[in-house]
Amino acid sequence: MKEVISNADFLDIINIVKLQYGYDFTGYAQASVKRRLLRFMGHMRLDTAFELKHRLVNDQDVFSRLMQYITVNVTEMFRDPGFYRSLREQVIPKLAAYPNIKIWHAGCSTGEEVFSMAILLQEAGLLSRTKIYATDLNPSNLERAAAGILPLDNMKDFTQNYIQSGGLADFSNYYTARYDNVLIKKELRRHIAFFQHNLVTDTVFNEFQLICCRNVFIYFNRDLQNSVLRLFFDSLSSRGYLAMGLKETMRFADIHGKFETVHAYHKIYRRKE
Amino acid sequence: MKNRFDVITIGGSAGSLLVLTDILDIVPHHLAAPVIIVLHRLRNVQSEMGRLLSSKRRIIEPEDKEPVREHSIYLAPQNYHLMVEAEKTFMLDYSELVNYSRPSIDMTFSSIADVYGARALGILLSGANKDGAAGLCQIIAAGGVGIVQDPQTAAFEAMPQSAIAMCDGVQILSIEDIKKIIIGET
Repeated sequence: MKEVISNADFLDIINIVKLQYGYDFTGYAQASVKRRLLRFMGHMRLDTAFELKHRLVNDQDVFSRLMQYITVNVTEMFRDPGFYRSLREQVIPKLAAYPNIKIWHAGCSTGEEVFSMAILLQEAGLLSRTKIYATDLNPSNLERAAAGILPLDNMKDFTQNYIQSGGLADFSNYYTARYDNVLIKKELRRHIAFFQHNLVTDTVFNEFQLICCRNVFIYFNRDLQNSVLRLFFDSLSSRGYLAMGLKETMRFADIHGKFETVHAYHKIYRRKE
Repeated sequence: MKNRFDVITIGGSAGSLLVLTDILDIVPHHLAAPVIIVLHRLRNVQSEMGRLLSSKRRIIEPEDKEPVREHSIYLAPQNYHLMVEAEKTFMLDYSELVNYSRPSIDMTFSSIADVYGARALGILLSGANKDGAAGLCQIIAAGGVGIVQDPQTAAFEAMPQSAIAMCDGVQILSIEDIKKIIIGET
């Protein structure tokens, strides 16, 4: 990768994407977006930022492919098993008090963590009265998530994670394996609605007792982090929970005084009144 | 004497742990430049790596947006890539493995080359793959200094060797000489 994107080029590209395709990456962390643009240029064999701009302006298909590169689509079931253990022990029992439970998974990628949440709720006997709203920016992630199909190869790691998270059932009960893939059981997926929501431009659409948004904030700059935290605050019911990624922190956010810490290491917070 | 570096970054993989603890033992408290370490480590296992690396100094696993502070030693958290942003804050990244690794030394070195340019010192230690070589070359290309542990003294030579093969200007030094350079910065 010898190509270089100057700051001016970077802003041009962000602007083209915003004006022509309606996706605003202005508030994303620059180091990461730049690196991903360079990877995309390598993949497309574009040697200069000018060529990238030219292709983006003239070819919608190039933009669709760029989306796959800009958004990070890496995820696991029961990623950070200790976090799921804390959810099991400290959060899920509190949700049981609500007659109807509403959960928002923001930035759900291809759905692995949403399915994990559904399993926790199932095991706590709460899934039948829960609705999980799972959103992402990237439509092709959502398509894959809604299909509920995952590569079989991953299931060994996911089973390990599940056991470490305190899972006691036979993990293979939650899916059907066929050839090289597995299909997550319909009874888990029935309670999940996948749809597109852009944390940058879209607004509050419901009220939740738990919002999970893990490893999404790291791709945002501090201003955007602040505005998304405000959106989550406004979307939580009083005393509702917010779970972030293990390395994400509310420490530097304007709004941190309005949350209390439930688990400092696993980054579980709770909205004050 | 004016300090030459605003940051010292060290990457290591297989066979680097003992060497690294040896180096960290002599990092003086009055060294202003932050030290940023990237080590290949196991995923999804909570480990006490920071304490293993040094009994004398606090090793910080930075959180996202944490400012890079002087007089501090940082370690890339397991299962995340660690980068530095232009305003000298840390950025964590959970994207694909790079060189089969997350954290990847290349990712950290490359962002440091972008941000610190000629004011960066990169050190690549023992390791069994080529992660870090391209990043070290970027540090050198940006005007910084790139050093590898002499492959003859490394438990696994692939990592330093790849950097030597990849670009000109890589300095090959013994651990004792690497320590002298770090102490010389104070």
